[in-house]
Amino acid sequence: MATITINPVTRVEGHGKITLHLDSDGQVNDARLHVTQVRGFEKFCEGRPYTEMPAITARVCGICPVSHLVASSKACDDIMAVRIPAAGDRLRRIVHLAQTVQSHALSFFHLSSPDLLLGMDEDPAKRNIFGVLGEHPDLAAGGIALRKFGQQVIEELAGDRVHPHGIVPGGMQEPMTAEQRDAILMGIPESLDFVRRSLDLCKGIGDRFTDEIETFANFPSLFMGTVARGGELELYDGDLRFVDEEGEVVADGIAAPDYRQWIGEAVEPWSYLKFPYFKPRGYPEGMYRVGPLARLNVADRCGTPMADEALEAFRTIDGGKVALSSFHFHQARLIEALYALEAMEQLLRHEDALDTRVRATAGVNELEGVGIAEAPRGTLIHHYRVDPNGLITWANLIIATGHNHLAINRGMLQVAQKFVRGDQIEEGALNRVEAVVRAFDPCLSCSTHAVGQMPLHLQLIGPEGAVLHEVRRD
Amino acid sequence: MPRVSAAPAQKTERRSALEQRIMLRIDGEYITTDPGKTILEVARETGIDIPTLCAVPGLTSVGACRLCLIEVKGNQRLLPACTVKVEGGMVVSTRSERLDKYRRMILELLFTERNHVCAVCVSSGACELQDLATQLGVTHAPFEFRNPNLPVDASHERFIEDPNRCILCTRCVRICREVEGANTWEVGGRGINSNIIADLAEPWGGSLSCTSCGKCVQICPTGALAVKGRATGEMTKRAWNVTDLNRMRGART
Ligand code: SF4
Ligand code: FES
Repeated sequence: MATITINPVTRVEGHGKITLHLDSDGQVNDARLHVTQVRGFEKFCEGRPYTEMPAITARVCGICPVSHLVASSKACDDIMAVRIPAAGDRLRRIVHLAQTVQSHALSFFHLSSPDLLLGMDEDPAKRNIFGVLGEHPDLAAGGIALRKFGQQVIEELAGDRVHPHGIVPGGMQEPMTAEQRDAILMGIPESLDFVRRSLDLCKGIGDRFTDEIETFANFPSLFMGTVARGGELELYDGDLRFVDEEGEVVADGIAAPDYRQWIGEAVEPWSYLKFPYFKPRGYPEGMYRVGPLARLNVADRCGTPMADEALEAFRTIDGGKVALSSFHFHQARLIEALYALEAMEQLLRHEDALDTRVRATAGVNELEGVGIAEAPRGTLIHHYRVDPNGLITWANLIIATGHNHLAINRGMLQVAQKFVRGDQIEEGALNRVEAVVRAFDPCLSCSTHAVGQMPLHLQLIGPEGAVLHEVRRD
Repeated sequence: MPRVSAAPAQKTERRSALEQRIMLRIDGEYITTDPGKTILEVARETGIDIPTLCAVPGLTSVGACRLCLIEVKGNQRLLPACTVKVEGGMVVSTRSERLDKYRRMILELLFTERNHVCAVCVSSGACELQDLATQLGVTHAPFEFRNPNLPVDASHERFIEDPNRCILCTRCVRICREVEGANTWEVGGRGINSNIIADLAEPWGGSLSCTSCGKCVQICPTGALAVKGRATGEMTKRAWNVTDLNRMRGART
């Protein structure tokens, strides 16, 4: 069997390697994303006080530290067995929504828009945010401004944009001041307007990518995400729901502590990332997808006016049921950004938004805690056990890229089968495989390669291990 | 008889005290002071700052950290300002390239000996070790990190001890012994294996001598001793004046 290796994947956060496995006829019959870094967070957390977990786990990712802070703090709330004060809850939500906005802006405008706006076959030297700046200056500048807005909110309310610390076990460190609230409120209309304009543009783009839509991880699978009790999109504190490829709900109302009854975790020798699957279907048939697309597929509605309007249009894409092609991730991200901005505004305008009681204090009251939140890239699960003194004895983290792991491989295979043939690889085909990976926006570890092209190394290896063909991009 | 001779005797004492005043130079400045004081005390009275980690006014000085090293003219060795007493005619310098180099090296050694990961530390932002590193321009450590994995003692109801962040300054040992009088803390083990222990190396929470006064926690310069339940960066230490504390207790100052 011959192997094509794409290493490293560009414009993905972290480092991954892709191998395409050819059979003797030169047909791709397997595709694998190898995550070969061991970061060992779960291991080195052992013996540490639970109060340190939010800060430790926030280091898993420099793009979405807030999601880890939130999931971790929620797991700690669970250990303390407290219900956090309402104002603290609202502040956490605002920061979490701001995080969604900034991360989606990064993913869409900085990382994916070069492919969408300039085309897959554009010269790699131009296919980056600077290329977009040249051709669509408004859009690129607006995207950068949108990300900045989200980050400023995080910085205001949680202390620091890269490693914020304001979200703590029991609630928030500081309440919000009137000045902070007003400053954030001022930035919302412009951001909303920009996201709406981008959505219109995105709809037009779809027609130019019919091939990609058909082949970008367009296959039946389950979808998972959290929803509110009423079925609305809920990023901060929903229950898990699974829907199948027909859009039917197959499991619903799964509270955080029960996730293990529904999600199994398989391991494979060639990757350090585990393979979660939906238990009732077994492994690997229980493949499911998480993230913006999955969330819109599982939710009944967004619950905010503009986002609901956009969602309605989105529902018609794949015949009204669930959107199956991961290509739609891009649009889903914009709809979520719209939702996040609207929801933020509602929370900021709450009559008790400035209430100073934002934190509950308590010691160790339970020896186990689970915290679930929807990170920009999908469901994030933090699960800890502690000894009676509050030192971690065991930890399990399931990140979005983990949930999507089976689906990413499946998606790459699908594209490779269509665009890769024999022992020669065209630049555009190579980039399409990568683009599938990028559509999932995997956060393989934590470094951003937001700008430009990273060196790309592709090898085609014959059955005897000889290099048949090699493509290098510097 | 005793009454008659009392007055002249006092006078003589006072005069001899005056006569005993000594003169020395620190960083070029001429200073007149009383004998019996340490170089550190005299320097601080004069407004000259010498970096320290283990010395605390009001507690016995033990010269544990060596950060206060100074140069004395005519002496090849560097001397700790917190334990060496002033002498008449001394010429002291507290700043030099050589001293800066050694002070930085001491900090680098401290950083590599245990796990001082400010990013997740409860005392980040209010840590004397961190402050000194910033002040003296320590940006990285050229030595290999030892990355010890020492067990955290979270058995106390209100406080937590993380030996991975301890610099063995023994401030906690001394304040517990000299001010609280409980003698809970001691240094156990030898050399590189030294550690702070409660009672006879028992879990802190089970200590019979500990009064839970929290003085050790407040005086600890790093995040090694902290209030339980605080998240990263939330432990700020009370600015305590041990000398005043001693005065209130009516003890010697
Ligand atoms: S625990 Fe703190 S005060 Fe005690 S020796 Fe260690 S660093 Fe010094
Ligand atoms: S302050 Fe003098 S040796 Fe520590």
